[in-house]
Amino acid sequence: MDNAATTWTHPEVLKVMLPYFTENFGNPSSIHLFGRRVRGVVENSREEISKLIGATPREIIFTSGGSEADNLAIVGTAYANESKGKHIITSSIEHHAVLDTCKFLENRGFKVTYLSVDKYGFVDPDDVRNAIRDDTILITIMHSNNEIGTIQPIQEIGEIAKERKIYFHTDAVQSVGTLPIDVNELKVDFLSMSAHKFYGPKGVGALYVRNGVRPVPLIHGGAQERKRRAGTENVAGIVGMAKALAIAHEDMQEHTTHLVALREHLIKGIFEKIDKVRLNGHPTKRLPGNVNISFEFVEGESILISLDAMGIAASSGSACTSGSLEPSHVLKAIGLPPETAHGSIRFTLGRGNTEEDVDYLIEVLPMIIERLRAMSPLFVKDA
Amino acid sequence: MYSDKVMEHFFNPRNVGEIEDADGIGKVGNPVCGDIMQISIKVKDDKISDIKFRTFGCGAAIATSSMVTELVKGKTLEEAMAVTNKAVAEALDGLPAPKMHCSNLAADALHNAIKDYLSKKGGTDGEE
Repeated sequence: MDNAATTWTHPEVLKVMLPYFTENFGNPSSIHLFGRRVRGVVENSREEISKLIGATPREIIFTSGGSEADNLAIVGTAYANESKGKHIITSSIEHHAVLDTCKFLENRGFKVTYLSVDKYGFVDPDDVRNAIRDDTILITIMHSNNEIGTIQPIQEIGEIAKERKIYFHTDAVQSVGTLPIDVNELKVDFLSMSAHKFYGPKGVGALYVRNGVRPVPLIHGGAQERKRRAGTENVAGIVGMAKALAIAHEDMQEHTTHLVALREHLIKGIFEKIDKVRLNGHPTKRLPGNVNISFEFVEGESILISLDAMGIAASSGSACTSGSLEPSHVLKAIGLPPETAHGSIRFTLGRGNTEEDVDYLIEVLPMIIERLRAMSPLFVKDA
Repeated sequence: MYSDKVMEHFFNPRNVGEIEDADGIGKVGNPVCGDIMQISIKVKDDKISDIKFRTFGCGAAIATSSMVTELVKGKTLEEAMAVTNKAVAEALDGLPAPKMHCSNLAADALHNAIKDYLSKKGGTDGEE
């Protein structure tokens, strides 16, 4: 139940990718038959993806994934517009691909405002409006949060950005393929996506870039992607990404209904069986498969190891799993005290999960928490 | 990422709990880094006759706590004071590098418990 980390490659996706490793191995930039044969499929894939997010094919730049897309949008916009200003607005709960990129720019003379969020993890559009300065060149706010699943009011922020003529980027890595996305409705200039979050392959993603917007390229070399991103195209990956997104959209409504039902079943089960728990994020304005729960008095990694021994994969907001000493910046930003943040687990449901899986989790989880609480000095003190 | 020994101690921890009429109690860690260990001891004839722990923390934190109680039960105070965090990690066949600092504090908790005992016993000459 860690589908937000990654998903497997859908068998149909793999099937359409395979020929591009073997008989159709050509380089799309080549003039000869082998090249021309694959140039067409890259462009068809671009068209397919663009249609599904309400864009035009020219507005899609293929990248190596979500992180590169975020970097290109942010660094590319910063360096393309530094003569106009050096101020960027973002939120305190962004993915590190955005946060660390903003910090990188901060160390190089740019100014960054990190907006705080409320207890559900929402960015207030009024805060965005109030943070805008004469030298603001970019606003970057994620579409939905990878840890707590909160879906941001992107359209409202997009309207503000448009009205003030400031570029607007959204990291939609957790949303594309899960939620309907229309770049014009959202009024974004940039939107990042990653194939392996929606049953496509790893190592491929894309950045939507609104017509007429020119970020400075990060990767220099050949003329691929209309000189906006050099490097021979990941043909198989691009084909796979388009197929995966098409499949995701075929049954999106049905799949969402299924995930929401499982999600609600899981939340209800945990609250019925275990006391001293809290749901992180908003009860309804959250990703359909995301459940993030804090278990008081116990630490997340201990829960994960115990779950793993029972055959359940999940992830945690604990420092122990990230290699740093501090717990998750997202849980901190929504106001959780450190010991509560350390005891937070993210379950992300996906296509492979059934009601039986959720029932099994609800069955084993109380024993795990009880065992760890019995060992915890915090539990003794507060019980 | 953890050795079999760590996992074994994590799933079957020794000496969990708190001694009610403990002779010494030691505590280390803080909630920010996510590890809090508490060790209580009973001392008889300068030896650790009983020892129990409670730990809030990751797998390494729980396993090191369990291991340190096993290592020193029945040992003299002097022998127990000589047990280092490193020795605890070695007894567990090692810990992953990031865990060596943040979660390997069980011997410190033990030493604090012994100091607590000594200060209570010796009146005011121990450290507070």
